[in-house]
Amino acid sequence: MKPVIQLKDIQKTYHTGEVDVHAVRGVSLEIMPGEFVALMGASGSGKSTLMNTLGCLDRPTGGTYLLDGTDVSRLDRDQLADLRNQKIGFIFQGFNLLARTSAIDNVVLPMLYLQHRLSMREQQERALRSLDLVGLGKRADHHPNQLSGGQQQRVAIARALVNQPALLLADEPTGNLDSQTSIEIMGVFQKLNDQGITIVMVTHELDIARYTKRNVILRDGKILSDTPVPNRLDAGLELSRLKQAQEAIKLA
Amino acid sequence: MRIFATLRLAVRALRRNKLRSLLTMLGIIIGVGSVIAAVSITTGATKQVEDRVASLGQNIVMVYSGNFNTGGTRGGWGSAPTLTVEDAEAIRREVPSVAATSPEVRDQYQVLGNGLNCNTTIYGEDVDFLHIRSWNIEEGVMFTDADVRSLAKVAVIGRTVADQLFPNQNPVGETIRVRDIPFKVVGLLEQKGFSVFGRDQDDLVLVPYTSHMRRVARRTYINNVLVEAATPESINQVQADITSLLKARHRSIEPDFTVRTQLEVAQMATATAKIMSVLLAAIASVSLIVGGIGIMNIMLVSVTERTREIGIRMAVGARARDILVQFLIEAVTLSALGGLIGIGLGMGASKIVAYSTGWPTLTPFSWVGIASLSSAVVGVISGFYPAWKASKLDPIDALRYE
Repeated sequence: MKPVIQLKDIQKTYHTGEVDVHAVRGVSLEIMPGEFVALMGASGSGKSTLMNTLGCLDRPTGGTYLLDGTDVSRLDRDQLADLRNQKIGFIFQGFNLLARTSAIDNVVLPMLYLQHRLSMREQQERALRSLDLVGLGKRADHHPNQLSGGQQQRVAIARALVNQPALLLADEPTGNLDSQTSIEIMGVFQKLNDQGITIVMVTHELDIARYTKRNVILRDGKILSDTPVPNRLDAGLELSRLKQAQEAIKLA
Repeated sequence: MRIFATLRLAVRALRRNKLRSLLTMLGIIIGVGSVIAAVSITTGATKQVEDRVASLGQNIVMVYSGNFNTGGTRGGWGSAPTLTVEDAEAIRREVPSVAATSPEVRDQYQVLGNGLNCNTTIYGEDVDFLHIRSWNIEEGVMFTDADVRSLAKVAVIGRTVADQLFPNQNPVGETIRVRDIPFKVVGLLEQKGFSVFGRDQDDLVLVPYTSHMRRVARRTYINNVLVEAATPESINQVQADITSLLKARHRSIEPDFTVRTQLEVAQMATATAKIMSVLLAAIASVSLIVGGIGIMNIMLVSVTERTREIGIRMAVGARARDILVQFLIEAVTLSALGGLIGIGLGMGASKIVAYSTGWPTLTPFSWVGIASLSSAVVGVISGFYPAWKASKLDPIDALRYE
């Protein structure tokens, strides 16, 4: 099996004024299909830069990055855009849905930029299937301001999935959500991962990282540790446990 | 991304800010609207002038006595008594391609009849006058060659004179008096309306030129000669031939007469309208430029406002070109829509003007095309820079934009 992500000695240096900032200094990493990885680290550890590189939003200044077998380092802007369109699904901390645009139209968005065009009907069908997958099929016509934070993030996940990417990239996906909703979102991720979707997630919350299968910790632009998660949490179990605890408080 | 999908996107984006879109379009709407209205009015006026020039008759050449400058004094047409009946006869006899001539003698007199009176112009003319002016008799008959030869006291009157002297009755057979000389009314002219220069053409009494010269005005010179050329092509030749003939007859170095063709009259009459159209085109281009600046301004604001949206679109795979086309189409939609609304309003305004003032208006199809095309072009030009700016955004920066 070929790795989805293959990083070899990735470097990223920002030239700001007189000082060169080495955000990432030599990261090598392989992520296989079906993995669920949490990228962790304090702010300034280089995890955001690495995430932008993984997401083909930015090119590394050194090293090679193979995404699903394609060497990203040498691609131009348009080719990177196509790669983002077909191979990567983005999920952001702030959801980044288009305001005043219905959930289904938000999900349709990535299909508008496909190089091989889909019919309107096909777009609608695929968007609806994607929304069903995250449990929002009944709210396709709702606008973001009519949805809760958790629901908005589900719409964002549906949008990320709609072009059947090789990789889901989530940047602090639970950062704006309360703990119960966070667990629900992690449940969605676990369900998707069980279906074989590869997920890489940036987070700084340790308990959220425990829902993933593998934790990579960065410090000063280098990998500090790369370990499988022991005693992985199950979102379904945790959710029922949380609800029981809430019941207990009410009874008491 | 497909053009149709992009267009839908543009319309949706514009509808989100209805008031702003409308205000942005206003520049184009007013510009195009005023141009269409003004062009409709001037075209209508020009058309009317042309119709009236045509109502003079076909292939007409006019010979006026006097000249712009005779012997150092600038007089003007008809200012000197230099033309005679013999000149008119010589023109008919000697100039080739002349179909008809009529010596014209004009004087303003008080006319009495039916116990009423009015002030009008008495035209002394030959029988061919009606043919030259393409004019018809409504009631009765025209006076005849015999009448001309015998200095008959017969008259054909215009509708305005008939209405004043013989209201609600048939004037044919009645008698009118000019300078106490009785004339029998033998015919009533068909109504012709106003001339190019705003004169009421129906305010006249037509009598044989011989009768006018000997009996009424008692003079020996005529005011001008109406000449009809045989074909439109021969007009210029006839004009030149008359000039050289009269020069020889009058033995003058400086001509003491003026020869004008119908074409020149038409050109003089429509010259103002032509200047107006050029002026309008200039104003139009200025207002379109102003409208275009408005669109560019709003598109720049819109790009800044929607930086995050641009970032999202880029993140999910929009190429720079997709973003460029999206904003460009938005700008073109704005200006083209403004142009269409402007055309509609302009045509409506010209109809209102036509209705309330009675001026004829006409919206030329070519101007509708020019207006829609130029508003679309304004959209492309003013939308290009903002759209290009949007397409050059860095996706990471755009996503981080607050």
